[in-house]
Amino acid sequence: MKKSKDFRREPLTDTQLLMTITICIFVGMYLLAMLIFKGGFLHAQQVFDMLNDNASLIIVSCGLTVVMIGRGIDISVGAVTSFVVMSCVLYLNKGGSLFVSVLIALGIGLAFGIVQGFLISYLEIQPFIVTLAGMFFARGMTTILSVNPQKAAHEGFAKLRETKIVIPWLGYIAKNGKLVPARVELGVVVALCCLLAVFLLLMFHRLGRALYAIGGNPSSALMLGINVKRTRFLSYVISGLLSGISGFVFMMHTGAANATNAAGMEMNAIASSIIGGTLLTGGVGNVIGTFFGTMTLTTIKKIVVSSGLNAPWWQSITTGGMLCFFILLQSVVLSQRARKKKA
Amino acid sequence: MAMQESNLLEMRHINKFFPGVKALSNVDFTLRKGEIHALMGENGAGKSTLIKVLTGVYQSDGGEITVDGKNVAIRSPQDAQNNGISTVYQEITLCPNLTVAENMFIGRERGPFVRQKDYKKRAAELLGELGIPARGTQQLGDCSLAVQQMVAIARAVDMKCRVLVLDEPTSSLDDKEVNVLFNLMRDLKSRGVGIIFVTHFLEQVYAVCDRITVLRNGELVGEYLTEELPQVKLVAKMIGKDLEELKSLGEVEEKKSDIKEIFYEAKDLSSSEARPFDFNIHKGEVNGFTGLLGSGRSESVRAVFGADKVTGGQVQVNGKNVRITKPIDAMKNGIGYLAEDRKRDGIIADLSVRENIILAAQVMKGFFRPISRSEAEAFADEYIKVLNIKTASRETPVGSLSGGNQQKVILARWLLTHPNYLILDEPTRGIDVGTKLEIQKLVLKLAEDGVAVTFISSEIEEMLRTCSRLIVMRDRNIVGELTGADLNEAQIMKTIAGGEAANEKEV
Amino acid sequence: MKKKSKSIFQGGLGQLTIPVIAIALLVLFNLIRDPSFFSIGITHNNDGNAVLAGNLISIVNSASELAVLAMGMTLVTAACGGQDISVGAAAAIAGSTFVKVLKSGGSISGLTVLAAFLMACVVAMLFGTFNGTLVAVFKIQPMIATLILYTCGRSIAYWINGGATPTVSSPILTGIGSFIPGIPIPTPVIIVVVVAVIFRLVFHFTSLELFTQSVGINGSAARLNGINVTGIKLLSFIILGLCVAVAGCIGVCRLGLINHETLLLDVEMDTILAVAIGGNSLGGGKFRISGSIIGAYVIQMLTITLYAMKVSSTDVKAYKAIVIIILVVIGSPVVKSRFEKMMRQRQERKVPVTAKGAK
Repeated sequence: MKKSKDFRREPLTDTQLLMTITICIFVGMYLLAMLIFKGGFLHAQQVFDMLNDNASLIIVSCGLTVVMIGRGIDISVGAVTSFVVMSCVLYLNKGGSLFVSVLIALGIGLAFGIVQGFLISYLEIQPFIVTLAGMFFARGMTTILSVNPQKAAHEGFAKLRETKIVIPWLGYIAKNGKLVPARVELGVVVALCCLLAVFLLLMFHRLGRALYAIGGNPSSALMLGINVKRTRFLSYVISGLLSGISGFVFMMHTGAANATNAAGMEMNAIASSIIGGTLLTGGVGNVIGTFFGTMTLTTIKKIVVSSGLNAPWWQSITTGGMLCFFILLQSVVLSQRARKKKA
Repeated sequence: MAMQESNLLEMRHINKFFPGVKALSNVDFTLRKGEIHALMGENGAGKSTLIKVLTGVYQSDGGEITVDGKNVAIRSPQDAQNNGISTVYQEITLCPNLTVAENMFIGRERGPFVRQKDYKKRAAELLGELGIPARGTQQLGDCSLAVQQMVAIARAVDMKCRVLVLDEPTSSLDDKEVNVLFNLMRDLKSRGVGIIFVTHFLEQVYAVCDRITVLRNGELVGEYLTEELPQVKLVAKMIGKDLEELKSLGEVEEKKSDIKEIFYEAKDLSSSEARPFDFNIHKGEVNGFTGLLGSGRSESVRAVFGADKVTGGQVQVNGKNVRITKPIDAMKNGIGYLAEDRKRDGIIADLSVRENIILAAQVMKGFFRPISRSEAEAFADEYIKVLNIKTASRETPVGSLSGGNQQKVILARWLLTHPNYLILDEPTRGIDVGTKLEIQKLVLKLAEDGVAVTFISSEIEEMLRTCSRLIVMRDRNIVGELTGADLNEAQIMKTIAGGEAANEKEV
Repeated sequence: MKKKSKSIFQGGLGQLTIPVIAIALLVLFNLIRDPSFFSIGITHNNDGNAVLAGNLISIVNSASELAVLAMGMTLVTAACGGQDISVGAAAAIAGSTFVKVLKSGGSISGLTVLAAFLMACVVAMLFGTFNGTLVAVFKIQPMIATLILYTCGRSIAYWINGGATPTVSSPILTGIGSFIPGIPIPTPVIIVVVVAVIFRLVFHFTSLELFTQSVGINGSAARLNGINVTGIKLLSFIILGLCVAVAGCIGVCRLGLINHETLLLDVEMDTILAVAIGGNSLGGGKFRISGSIIGAYVIQMLTITLYAMKVSSTDVKAYKAIVIIILVVIGSPVVKSRFEKMMRQRQERKVPVTAKGAK
C-alpha cells in the first residue's frame, strides 16, 4: 500500500497548473514564431534582447507577484522605478559615488515599501488607495526633481553601463560575414538573481509560505498561528525594495532619466503576473510563471512587428486580446477543476 | 472549587460582550489532566464564544485564565499555541491552496527556512499513524471535507499540545471516521492531554467524555461527572427551567391534522446538492425535515426554493405545473425561504432594519415599482411591533442587532411577502429561548391562518412541538415520514439511526 | 473585515463627513492664504458672452468629467466590490466614436451631434457590457477584467481615428464644451447637474439603490431574496458606460479635438479616489453618489489650490498624494476605533463603574 502511494503522481496544484499552461503557450508561440517569421527569432540574441529590454519589468513583476499572492496589489512600482532613476541620475551628475547611488535606489524603494506596508497592514487601509497615493507621490517627486530629461554623465556609471556579458558561441553571422556575439546586459543578471531570490523566498522561506497561506485564507492563516499583519507588511517591503532595484536596472539600461520613464509599468507588471498564473484573489502564483508571463507579453509584441502590423495600435490591442484570453482561460480552468472536485 | 494540583486549565469569571448581547457572563471552566471534558449547551449557549476566548480569537471582557496554575494572557491564536492549547474548529481553518503536509506544519516552523522534505516525511508518518487517507503532497483543497478535518486534528496532535479543543469536529465525519477520532482522543488522554470536546451528538458525549460542563444563555449551569448525569437530565440542564414552559406550549397548541388541499407537490425533485426526492405539503400544515447535519435536509428545502441549481423533477403549486429554477420563481409562487446561515444567506448587515424588511417584498413588486419611503417605514414599524423586534430604530443597521432580532427581521421580510408557503431552515439557531418560543408560536399561528410551513431545527423537541408531520433524512435520502402517535423522540432517533423505516410512507 | 462600530465622526453627516471636512479644510486654508481665491467675477469671453469666472468656477467646471465618471464608478464599486480602471481608455473610445460620426457627415448640425453622442453612448455601453460580462458572468475581479480594456482601449480609439488626432469645430460643440451664449454658467457644470438629477430620478423610480447595495453587501443573501445578482452587476457597468460616454464627449467638446493619448489621461485613478474620498467603501456595499460628487470636487479643489500656489501641473500629484494619505488615515477603521476607545476610556473615568457581572 505504501509503495503504491509513492508511485502515484500527484495532480498539479493550482499554481503549478496555471504556470505550466503559461510556459507551454510561451514555448509554443515562440516555436511558431521561429517557424513562420524566422529572421530574428532564430538568433539567441532575440531572447537576450527581450531580456535586456525587460529586466526592470521582470524585477517589479516579481514584487507584484509577491504582493498579489498575499491578496494585495501595489500599483506604485512603476512610479517608484521612475523616481529612483531620476534621483540616482541627478545624484550621479552631481559627482556622487556609484556605491551611494545604489544605496539611494535601495533606500527609496525600502522607504516606499515600509510606509505603504505599514498603512496597508497595520492601519488596514485599502492597498489600492495607498499604493495609488504612493504612485502619485513618486510621480510628483520625479517631476519636482526635474521636468527635463537628464542624461547620466558619470564615468564610473558609464563603465558599468557598458559592461556586457559577451557570449560568442551564441552569436550569429551578420550579413557582412562578421560574427556578432550575443550580448547580455548586467541588468539581466540582476533581474535573474532577484527572480531566483524571490523564488527561493516564496518556496522555502517561512515568510513566503505564510504569504501563500494568507492568500489562501487569511482567517485560517491567523488561526494557524501566522502573524498576518507582519507578513503582509513584509510583502509590501519586498515589493518596494524590488522597485528600488528595478529603478537602478532601468537606469543602467537607458542611461538617462525622464519624468515619463516606466509609464504604465505597473499595469504591465500586473499583466505579466496574471499571464504567469498569479491570481489577484491570492494564494496562487509563482515568479517563474511571472517571468514567462513577461516573456509572453514581449514575444507577442515582437510577433506583431514581424507580421507587418505596423500601425501603432496593434501592439497594445493584441496585448489586450492576449490578456483577455489568459484571464478567461484561467477562469475556465479553475472553475472546471472546482466542479470536478465536487463531483 | 479549590485549586488542585491536577487542574490543567482554569477559566474563571469569564465575561464577553457583543454589541447588544452578553455572550458570556461570569463563566467558570476547569479542565483536568488526562480528561475528556464535554462542553454542552444549546445553540447560542456560549460554547463557541468560550472556546474562542480560550483560543485567543476573541478577547474576554473580564476574567482570568490559568494554565498549569500559571496566569496567562491569551491575545491571539499564537499565544494559545504557545501555551499548549490547540484547536480544531468545525469549519476548516486550513489553507486550501497549500499541501496537506504544509497545512500541518505551517505557522510553527523553527528557523527561517521551511524544510519541505522533513514535512513530507513527518506528515506521511503522522497520516499513516492516524489512518488518514491523504498524502502529504496533495493540495488540501482537493481532499474531502472529512479528510481536511482529520488533517486539522493531525496538526493539533502533532503540536504536543496539553489542551486540545475540539469544537464540533465530528459534524462532517462519518461513523468510521468518528471512531478513529475517538480512539485518537483516548490515546491522547492516556498521555495526559486534556481535551475539551464540543458536540451536538449526545451519544458521542457518553461514548468518550469523563465530565460535562453545561452552559445556557451564556451562563454556567454546572459541571458534572458523565456517569452521574443521565441523558435526560443533561437535556433538561441544557434547556433549563424553561422545560416546563416548553411542555405547556406543546400541550396548549393542539395540532390539527384535518386534511386540507395540497399546496405544493414535487416529484423526483433534485438539485446540484440534493438527490431526487418526492415531497408535498398541505395548506395550513407544519411539517419538518429532520436528520443529522449533512443528512440533506437543508439541501432538500433549498431545492424546493430553487436556491441551488435545480437539475430535475416536476413541481406543482396549487395543482398547476410550475418551473422553479431560481429563488424569484419560488417567490412568485408564494414560497418564502429563511436560510439556514443567517449571516451568509440572510441579513444584509450594513442595511437598515427597514431596508432588510422590505427587501423581498420589493423584489416581488418589481424593479421599476419601488416601495415608497413612507410605505416602507409603515411596513417596518408594523413588523417591528408585531414581532417585537428590539432595535434602536428602524434605521439601525441590522448587523448591530442581536441574533434573535436579526432572525425576526428576516422573518418579517418574508411575512411581508404574504407567502402561502414558508420554509424556515433553523430559524431558532443561536438565539435566546424567549425568541425561540416567539418564533414557534408564530409558526403555529401562521399555520392556523392557512400558511403551509416547513420547519427545520436541530432541536428535536422544538420540531415535535411545532410539526404535525416529520420527514426523516439520512445520507441525503428520505428514510421515513412520521405522523400522529409516532411523533416522539424515540421514534425519530430510531428512524434517523436506521434499521427499519419507522412507518410506512403516507401522504 | 467590515467596520461595525459607529464612529463619533458620523454626526448627522454619516459617510459624508470625510469629504465635507476635506472641503471645509480646503476652504479654510484658502481663506487664510488668499481670500481673493474665492472671488467670482463676470468677464466676457471670446464670443462676447458675459460669463462667470474665478477659481471656484474653474474648479466646478474642470471637475465635471470626473464628477460624471465618479457617479457611475460609485455604482460599479458598490455592486461589484471592485473598480473599473478602464474608464479613461473607454472615454477615449467614446470620444473617438463621437468625432468619427461628426466627421462622417457634412456640416455639423444639432442632429448630427445628437446622433454622434448616441453612437458614443452605444459604443461605450458595449464596452461596459464587455467588462460587466467578465465580472458578473465569469466572476473575474473587476480590476483584472478591466485591465484588458485599460491596456488596449486607447489603441482602439487610435484605430477608430485611423491614426490621426482629428479636430472638429462647430458653435454647438463649443457650446457644450464651454458656454452656451446667454448662459453664464459653464455647460459641463449644467451637464453634471443633469446627470446627477437623472441618477436621483432613477433611484426614485426604480429599486436600483436597494438592489445594488444588497448585492454589494451580501450577494448570496441577495440571490436568495430573488435579486438577479448577475444582472445588477452588469447593469452597473452599463450605466458606467453611459457616464463614460458623457465624460468623453464633454472632453472632446472642451478641446475641439480628440487625442486618444491625452483625453482624460489618468482619470481612472482620480475617479476611484473620488469614490473613496466620498466615504464609499471600495469593497462594495453601501454607497452615496453625493459623496463621490463631493469627492470629485475635493480632488479638483485641491488641484486648483495647488495651481494657485504656483505648483506646476506635473508636481501636483505629490502634494495630492500627501493629502489623500492624511484623509484615508483619518478615515481608517483602525485609527477610528483607537480614537473611540480613547474617548470611551476618558468617559468611563468620569463615570464610576457600577456594573458588575451578575451571578
